[in-house]
Amino acid sequence: MSDISTNPGDIGKTRKPLAEFWRRFLRQKVALVALAFLVLLIAAAILAPWIAPYDPSAPDYMNVLQGPSAAHWAGTDTYGRDIFSRIIWGARISLTVGFLSVSLGALGGVGLGIIAGYYGRWIDSAVMRLCDLLLAFPGILLAIAVIAILGPGITNVIYAVAIFSIPVFARLARGTTLQLKRAVYVDAARAVGVADGTIMLRHILPGTLPNVIVYFSMRIGTSILTAAALSFIGLGAQPPSPEWGAMLADGRTYMGVADHLTLFPGLAIFLTVLGFNLLGDGLRDALDPKLRNG
Amino acid sequence: MLSFLIKRLLGTAPVVLMVMIAVFAFVHLLPGDPARLVAGPEATAQDVAAVRASLGLDKPLPQQFVTYVSNTLQGDFGTSLRTRRPVVEEIGMRLMPTVWLTLFAMLWAVAIGLLIGVVSAVRRGRWQDYGGMILAVSGISFPPFWLGLLLINLFSVRLGWLPTGGYGTWQHFLMPSFTLGLGVAAVMARFTRSAFIEIAREDYVRTARAKGVPERRVIWHHSLRNALIPIITMVGLQFGFLLGGSIVIEAVFAWPGVGRLLVDSVSYRDYPVIQALVLMFSIQFILINLLVDVLYVLANPEIRYQ
Repeated sequence: MSDISTNPGDIGKTRKPLAEFWRRFLRQKVALVALAFLVLLIAAAILAPWIAPYDPSAPDYMNVLQGPSAAHWAGTDTYGRDIFSRIIWGARISLTVGFLSVSLGALGGVGLGIIAGYYGRWIDSAVMRLCDLLLAFPGILLAIAVIAILGPGITNVIYAVAIFSIPVFARLARGTTLQLKRAVYVDAARAVGVADGTIMLRHILPGTLPNVIVYFSMRIGTSILTAAALSFIGLGAQPPSPEWGAMLADGRTYMGVADHLTLFPGLAIFLTVLGFNLLGDGLRDALDPKLRNG
Repeated sequence: MLSFLIKRLLGTAPVVLMVMIAVFAFVHLLPGDPARLVAGPEATAQDVAAVRASLGLDKPLPQQFVTYVSNTLQGDFGTSLRTRRPVVEEIGMRLMPTVWLTLFAMLWAVAIGLLIGVVSAVRRGRWQDYGGMILAVSGISFPPFWLGLLLINLFSVRLGWLPTGGYGTWQHFLMPSFTLGLGVAAVMARFTRSAFIEIAREDYVRTARAKGVPERRVIWHHSLRNALIPIITMVGLQFGFLLGGSIVIEAVFAWPGVGRLLVDSVSYRDYPVIQALVLMFSIQFILINLLVDVLYVLANPEIRYQ
C-alpha cells in the first residue's frame, strides 16, 4: 500500500511487482520442475570434470559399442568412449552456445531497439525494416549463410545463431521504450538536462528487462536446437567433440545395432530444449497472466 | 485492391534490392581471394589473374554489381565450382523435390495442428486440453533430426516397411514430410487453440448458442470459419520455416532437394551455388510474405484502408 505508482495501469495493485511476479511464478508447477532440471543440468555442466565417470575422449577398444550397463550407464560408442560422460561434457557445449549466442543477440537487439524507440524518425524505421528483413528468414538459413562466410565450427555457430535473436529482442525493447519514453520520470530527467545516453541506460533499459528475461529463456531453447542441428549436418562442432548433435550424426550408422548411440544424445537435446521452453512459458505467464491464452 | 497491390509490390522492391546487395557483397566478405578459389589450389598467379579478368573481378565494385544484377535477371548464376555445371541446372534438378516435401509437410502440419488446437480449445481446462498442449510444447522442443532417426530406426531398420531415404515413390514421402511437418503442427496447434478461444468470446458465437444452434455447428461453422483468417496467415508464414527446416530434414533422409544442395555447397565452399541458393530462398520468403499480406487483405477488406 505504501507504493506510489505513476502508471495509471497500476492503480489498485497493492503488492510490489517483483513480489507479485514471484508469487505467480511459484504457482507454475511445470515451470518449477523445468527450472529444477535446468539447475541440475547447469551444475552437471560446470562440474563435468569431477562428476563425469570417464574421460569423454579416451578410447577404450576393449569396450566398443556396449549397451547401457552398471559400468557405462548410457553405453559406449564406436571408440569405446563412455556416452554418459560425453553427454555431461556435451551439456557444457550446448549450454555455452545457448547462453552466449542469446546474450550476444539480446545485447545487440536491446541496444538497437532502445535507440530506435528513443530517437524515433528515420532511425526507427531503418532499424525496424532491418528487423523485418531478418525475421522474414528462418533462423537456420541465416545461420548457414553466416557459416558459409565464417567457416564451420562451434565458435562460428555462436555468432550465426546470435544473429537471428537480434530482431526478436530489438522489437521487444523498442515496444517498451516507446511506452517508457512518455513516462513522467523520463520527462523529468530530460527536463533537468540528463544526457540521452544516461536516460536510455538508467531509466529505460531496466524497464525492458522483464520482457527480455522471458524471451531469453525461450530463445535459449531455440538456439540450442539450431546449434545442434548445425552440428548434425556437419557445419557446427566437428566429430571428436562430444556435442550432442554431432554425436547423433556419428551414431546414425549404428541404428539397429547400437540404438543407445542415437537415443541418449537426442534425449539430452529434447529435454534441455523442453526445459527452457517450459521455463519461458512459465515466466511469461507469471509476468503477464493476460497473455496466457493470447 | 489494385492500388494496394501496386503499393505493396513497390514496397517489396527495396527489400529485394537490399537482399541482392547482401548476396553480392557475400563473395567479397569471404576470407581470401574469390578468383583463387575458382581457379583452384594448384593454379599459377597467371591463371588466377585470367580467372579474375574472366569473372570481371578486376572491374570497379559498382560495375561488378550492375553486371551481377543483369546476369541474375537473365538467369545466369555462373558455374558450380564442384560439378563445373551451370548453377541453374544444379538448382533446377533439385527444386521440385523440396517443393513437394514442404507441401506434404504442410498437409501434416495443418491436419494435426488444427485437430489438436480445436480439441484443446473446445475441451479447455480438461485433460484433452492439457494433453494437447503438452504434445504441442513437446513438438516444438523435439529435435526434428532426432525424430527422423527414430522413425528410420522403427519403420525402416526394424520393421522394414519404409525406405530409409531417397526419393521416388509415395513411401519415400511419408517419414520426411511427417518429420518436417511436426514442428509446425505444434505451432499450429497452439495458435489454433488461442484463436479459437478468442473467437468463443465473440458476440456472434454467444448469439448462436443462445438461439439454440447445436454445439457441433457452433464449433465447425461459426467458430472455425472465423478462426480461419488468422490460421491462413499462420500457414503462409510457416511455409518459410518449412523451407528452412527442409535443409536439415533433407540431410536426414538423403533427399535430393535444394536444402541438401545448400549444405553440400557450404561444406565444399561452392560459392556460386551458395550465392544463388541464398538469393532464391530470400526471394521465396519475400514472395510468401507478400502473398500472405494479399490473402489477408482479401479475407479482411478493412485492412486496406488503414
